[in-house]
Amino acid sequence: MSENAKTARWFTQRLPAWRDIAGRLANLERGASAEPEDLLAAVRSYPEIARDLAVAQRSSPQGQVTRYLERVYLDLHRTIFRRPGDLKHEIPMVFLRDAPAVARTLRVHIAWIAALFVICAAAGAWLVATYPELVSLFASEQMIDHVMRGELWTDGLLNILPSSILSVQIFANNIMVALFTLCLGAAYGLGTVYIIGVNGLMLGGVFAFTAQYRLAGRLFAFVCAHGFVELSAIIVAGAIGASLGEALARPGPLTRGAAFQQATARGAKLMLVLVVFLVGSGLLEGFVSPDSAYPLAARLTIGLAYFALFVFVLSGGADKVLTRNSAQRSKGAALLVRAVFNRDSKREESRLKTAPTI
Amino acid sequence: MNTLLRIPSVTGIDVELKIAGPGARSYAFIIDWHIRVLAAVAWLSAATFLIARMHGAVSPGIRTFSLVSIVPSLAIYFLYHFVLEIIMHGRTPGKRMAGVRLVSRDGGVPGAGALLIRNIFRLVDSLPVVYCVGLATTMVNRESLRIGDIAAGTVLIYDAAPTDDVLQSLSARAVERLGLKQAEVVRDLLGRWNELMPDARDLLALRLLTKLGRAPADRDDAALRTALEGLLD
Repeated sequence: MSENAKTARWFTQRLPAWRDIAGRLANLERGASAEPEDLLAAVRSYPEIARDLAVAQRSSPQGQVTRYLERVYLDLHRTIFRRPGDLKHEIPMVFLRDAPAVARTLRVHIAWIAALFVICAAAGAWLVATYPELVSLFASEQMIDHVMRGELWTDGLLNILPSSILSVQIFANNIMVALFTLCLGAAYGLGTVYIIGVNGLMLGGVFAFTAQYRLAGRLFAFVCAHGFVELSAIIVAGAIGASLGEALARPGPLTRGAAFQQATARGAKLMLVLVVFLVGSGLLEGFVSPDSAYPLAARLTIGLAYFALFVFVLSGGADKVLTRNSAQRSKGAALLVRAVFNRDSKREESRLKTAPTI
Repeated sequence: MNTLLRIPSVTGIDVELKIAGPGARSYAFIIDWHIRVLAAVAWLSAATFLIARMHGAVSPGIRTFSLVSIVPSLAIYFLYHFVLEIIMHGRTPGKRMAGVRLVSRDGGVPGAGALLIRNIFRLVDSLPVVYCVGLATTMVNRESLRIGDIAAGTVLIYDAAPTDDVLQSLSARAVERLGLKQAEVVRDLLGRWNELMPDARDLLALRLLTKLGRAPADRDDAALRTALEGLLD
């Protein structure tokens, strides 16, 4: 038999099997609701398709049959070796374990970025205190006019927009700032350093400016309910950005691309938690901060409590508490099982003692 | 430049996927950009029109207007790529039209996390305007990746696998007569017949038929096509 005849026979014999498995793969895309026999057929056909692909690659390396089989083979590979997804379990684990673990890994970065922020804030405050005209670098003309009239630009904020819209605008803006801070780490960390530096300078400069008009206390009262967590979240996002920059600058044994990808995947888990906290901060800034019904003590309590929750989650405290409760429940259950077992044993013992002997 | 993404597997049979370059990527993006802008504007216009009809001369209030018109329009514009790439397994309408799709480095469909990271990094890739950073990165990167792709571990490849029908059209007799490789070339040329300029396809058909020793006496366009079809019977 000629080579062509052998290939033709192989092609004719195998084509129905390829079409069959391609059809079953479409069914398997449904995931958990897929039929077990489709999955079994996929597993059985995996080595057969691999063998067919090897034959096709030899006969016609870039041909249509080869490309068709490559697609079927890749889909099979993905279906068989795909990690089972369990979002209900994975998302809580991001908050309880993954994000705190990443935060621990990045503690040096967090310390450096926090120090940079504080230094820049101090520099901004010193600049505006020494050269008041420089405030125009950090604040808009409208803000400056407000302060010079003896009022804050945040006064009467709720007369302009309702709290709900204000909150959405604020948290959307804060999330964008945090994401920019993270993503600009791709410029070897320099973009992140720039954003953190500018934010520090602005905060220090604006506080120093309001202090000159005896409004710093009122500004602090406005900021304290939401500001602790908001600024901390942006600093942590900056730390993630710095770690991306470090992955590019010092990739270690990996390639730069692989190190960058690894650092991004790691940082993304922490970023997810930060986004949730930034939404909370936005809600506080929309509903509590501009509302004069809340006295300073209430604002401070809310702000510090929210910050304590932030630290608690990022330090892994929530996981420790849940693990301890779970261990206590397990211990309780074990004691209960033992007590029931002992009671049943004693009953059985007494039943045997009272039972008539044969 | 690497033009192929090699996927190793446990059976030892490697698969090579052709990486899409900046041209195919830009083409897909431009189609998608038009679709998402049109969809967002259509929603905004329709919602604004409906609100105006329902409320008449009374203003509906900024909250209602924002929730019904602006927020969904922004969601369509900003979540278009992320949502469609998840639903369509690494494709969007633009990518489908450009014949490309996204895969992870193991050749599979990227997960939701990777797609989210890829789309978040558009913030950097789109800087300073019209995706200058992203386009420049694809031009200098060995695998034509933008920063979002590097961060997410995704690769844009040509999605050119033939369908069942193409395989079905390769008859056993044609494979026996011509061999698999030649039969595929004939099938490929016939598949692209209407896309090629008549002069180009006639030249290709004549060369192929001459090589196979089946050049027809009549060399017009229809005769050459008939001769090629005859080879696949």
